[in-house]
Amino acid sequence: MHPDPAEVKKTVRRYFMIGAALLVFTGVTVAANQFHFVVPVAITVALIIAVMKGSMVAAVFMHLSHERRWIYGALLLTVVLFIALMFMPLLTMLEHIGTPLDALRAAGGHAGR
Amino acid sequence: MNIPYTVEERPDTGLANGKLGIWLFLASEVMLFGALFSAYIILRVGALEWPHGELSIKLGAINTVILISSSVTMVMAWASLKMNEWGKHRLYLTLTFVLALVFLINKYFEYSAHLAGGEGPSHSTFLAIYFTLTGLHGLHIVGGMIVMGYFLGPGSKMWKTSPEQFANRIEYTGLYWHFVDLVWIFLFPVLYLL
Repeated sequence: MHPDPAEVKKTVRRYFMIGAALLVFTGVTVAANQFHFVVPVAITVALIIAVMKGSMVAAVFMHLSHERRWIYGALLLTVVLFIALMFMPLLTMLEHIGTPLDALRAAGGHAGR
Repeated sequence: MNIPYTVEERPDTGLANGKLGIWLFLASEVMLFGALFSAYIILRVGALEWPHGELSIKLGAINTVILISSSVTMVMAWASLKMNEWGKHRLYLTLTFVLALVFLINKYFEYSAHLAGGEGPSHSTFLAIYFTLTGLHGLHIVGGMIVMGYFLGPGSKMWKTSPEQFANRIEYTGLYWHFVDLVWIFLFPVLYLL
């Protein structure tokens, strides 16, 4: 994208506004931490705020709100693979190597029979 | 010989080659940090207990503010070029460089405090993943500083010969820099708060 100078001039104020909003959200993240939520709630709150902040950086600073189709295509593939990567740890729970046979039988597993 | 599509957009992609290139590079970076976040999840879920409050939230929050501010100055460095304001561009890019340096100095103090107390990466699983994630992120900060240093120094000559190409290069540097900021936005709560 090659925005013209007048177009860029209009977005300058927006950049500072987003910067300020990001700083406010950082304050909110730290403040939320003072409430000592139980771990699942704390993780959810912190990640929701982080996703909001990340989206603002990507959409405004990285100009993703008005990019070309090819960039979106590349990023869509990345998002799919990233999500797969995040769920990869679940596979470790299905892995039984090293688990004593008695424990597997007790858990209702077939224990290799 | 001129390299094509450094300024003008390719008819098939609608993008200059550098733009598509930097986004593909960032996609690979997402997977690199994603793999480490995934490792963090495995280690945390598998741990019987996970330390809380070992890191200074104050220092982490200050570094977050520094990186967010540097993202604003970086995008302004690019916007200034687009508005043909060379002096402002130099000011904003220098500010970004200085903020990156302050981030690293902060990190140095943080690392020193841990290492002085015998809390190196081998001390615990948490510190191992902490040093790995923040160390890799720190290397990315250093990489960004090298590129910014080049554009503040010898690379700045291009503004006179090919201003559009120079502005594009600053835009790509900015995209990388915002990504580094974005990674920290996730690292801060994950390592310092949770």
